Amino acid sequence: MTGRGADGISPADAAVAGGQVTGEVLTGDTLAGAAREAPGEHDASRADTRTKDNRAWFLVLPVVVSVAFTAVIPLMTVVNFSVQDIFSPTDRIFVGLDWFRDVARDPEVRAAFLRTLLFSAQVLLLEIPLGVALAVSMPRRGPWASAALVVVALPLLIPWNVVGTIWQIFARGDIGLGGWAVNTIPGVDFNYTLDSTDAWITVLLMDVWHWTPLVALLAYAGLRSIPDPYFQAAQIDGASGWATFRHIQLPRLRGVLTIAILLRFMDSFMIYTEPFVVTGGGPGNATSFLSILLSKIAVGQFDLGPAGAFSLLYFLIVQIVSYVFFTVLTRTGR
Amino acid sequence: MADIRLEEVSHSYDGGRTWALKPMTWTWRSARAYALLGPSGCGKSTLLNIVSGLLSPTTGRIWLDDREVTAVPTAGRNIAQVFQFPVLYEEMSVYDNLAFPLRNRRYPRAEVDRRVREVSRMLGLDDHLGRRSRRLDPGRQQIVSLGRGLVRPEVAAVLLDEPLTVIDPAMKWTLRSKLKEIHRDTGHTLIYVTHDQTEALTFADEVVVLKDGEIVQAGEPAELFLAPAHEFVGHFIGSPGMNVLPAEIAGGVVRVGGTAVGRAAGDGGELPPGPVRIGVRPEFVRITAGQDAPDAGDPAGPGLAARITGLDRMGSHHLVHARVDGHALVSKTGPGSRYEPGTAAFLRFDPGRAFLFRDEVRCGSLMPLEGRGGT
Repeated sequence: MTGRGADGISPADAAVAGGQVTGEVLTGDTLAGAAREAPGEHDASRADTRTKDNRAWFLVLPVVVSVAFTAVIPLMTVVNFSVQDIFSPTDRIFVGLDWFRDVARDPEVRAAFLRTLLFSAQVLLLEIPLGVALAVSMPRRGPWASAALVVVALPLLIPWNVVGTIWQIFARGDIGLGGWAVNTIPGVDFNYTLDSTDAWITVLLMDVWHWTPLVALLAYAGLRSIPDPYFQAAQIDGASGWATFRHIQLPRLRGVLTIAILLRFMDSFMIYTEPFVVTGGGPGNATSFLSILLSKIAVGQFDLGPAGAFSLLYFLIVQIVSYVFFTVLTRTGR
Repeated sequence: MADIRLEEVSHSYDGGRTWALKPMTWTWRSARAYALLGPSGCGKSTLLNIVSGLLSPTTGRIWLDDREVTAVPTAGRNIAQVFQFPVLYEEMSVYDNLAFPLRNRRYPRAEVDRRVREVSRMLGLDDHLGRRSRRLDPGRQQIVSLGRGLVRPEVAAVLLDEPLTVIDPAMKWTLRSKLKEIHRDTGHTLIYVTHDQTEALTFADEVVVLKDGEIVQAGEPAELFLAPAHEFVGHFIGSPGMNVLPAEIAGGVVRVGGTAVGRAAGDGGELPPGPVRIGVRPEFVRITAGQDAPDAGDPAGPGLAARITGLDRMGSHHLVHARVDGHALVSKTGPGSRYEPGTAAFLRFDPGRAFLFRDEVRCGSLMPLEGRGGT
């Protein structure tokens, strides 16, 4: 790290570096440049000035402190738990990576992992195309554009647990409009409290209802940023509606869809509140996602060691998958 | 190939409160290169979009030869349009970009291939056909956009909406000569929208000057320069623009602050007396320094008394700024001329190059005085 600003350079050094540059704001680069042009006697002074500006690091201190308190220290507590077996605050044993091994081998955790992965995959497969379709069919301008925006954005304004409550009631066969309609009109027997498929569908539909608007809004913003001449050129070239979508709109949605996919993956992979309210993870383990299992271990059973290890693995998986998504999405089509 | 005829075409974006384009009747004749020149917001792009069908006019009708196309959508008009910045199908190769308009119209494969190769040869894109279009430099991208217009057979006209705005200056010349070449080779009608007079004058067979939604003059570049029909044309074309000097007609003689400068010759008969404005280009204002005024025997007198206020050295020429009767005037003189600011001088206008304007429209020209005009 090289220093910035001239105050780290003593007048003598500056004079050595060449009378002409005195008074300029000397950055490390210009100094290095000066030294490159005039080697020899300047080398010593260059090494000198470079070591003197390390005080600038103190400027980063506020960030370091705040990040420490908001992220690093809480995370380290979890790391601390994850490598110990704690019986009481005074009675603890260091167990190394045992908890990690246990958690990774636990069939219940593995099942929950696959379940969560499947849920995220379905969420992405449903919400991304649906959101894009919604965005494309929303009016581009005029009074209806704002009206459509408000209507579409409405589900996003509802708190998670309220969404859960809404769907818990809505999907009920006896008093919920949705559940009742499915039971009566097509005559399908639908009961999410008993049937695991029904529970899964309920949670999935709830997520689609809640979060497709986010994808739609992002895609809508992306579509709005396409300049008119692109559409005009498509008209002149005689492109059909589908060709216009495929060759003009879709390519230009790449950026926002990358963000949408990342957000929706992370959120759906960590989904907790809504299924907790609607199904509580049941029936059986049908909707017991990683987060629900984790809270059961951490809060229900108070197994802090396994829960810590679980948290870290969970965190790692989200990081890795997000990284892979991001890399793939930004690298393809270059 | 067809004449494009506009019949009383006008357009309003706000339901008739203001008119972006006032009713105009105008024919774009086949195979000519037109430049549509005017300041920003004068209705150039509106006019272009009406021709291409992206906008439908509020009133009036459009004809391609004998076929009325007012209600025909863009795709059915056989008109190509190039926009201000390159519009490409970015994830497609150059080849696919060029083929796109043909594939949309379901041309057979072999025909598509033949036409794409023909156009790419013409535009010098042969080496880039396989490349992704977004990786080309902006100049080439703009050529590809142009190529998408040229690839279709039977294109009635190619409309270019300030196509060189985003291209760097060195590339501009190349592209402009390329356009002229294409025009020569293909014989397409070209309509080139620009607000840059140099571009318009070097490019076009005919320049159409648009102001506030009206065509104020159309003609060959030289005509616009030598005989502006509207004060705006005088200002807009030429650098610096035309000088304008308030004057008065009395008894057929034009006077500036009491000095007779010439005879008024009306374009359509005798000009009624009253105020008038003289428009004369800096190129046609002659200066004689005060001390070497022509002898008093000259029938036209020494000319307009002026005071030189400044001098700009432009390299190839000088711009002499002067004040006449409280009004500023510029004269273009040779690079060797020497005029001292603050000295007195006399101005004269080249015969037949100074015009009279009323309400900004040309009404006549300034002819030399015969015999001694009244002092």
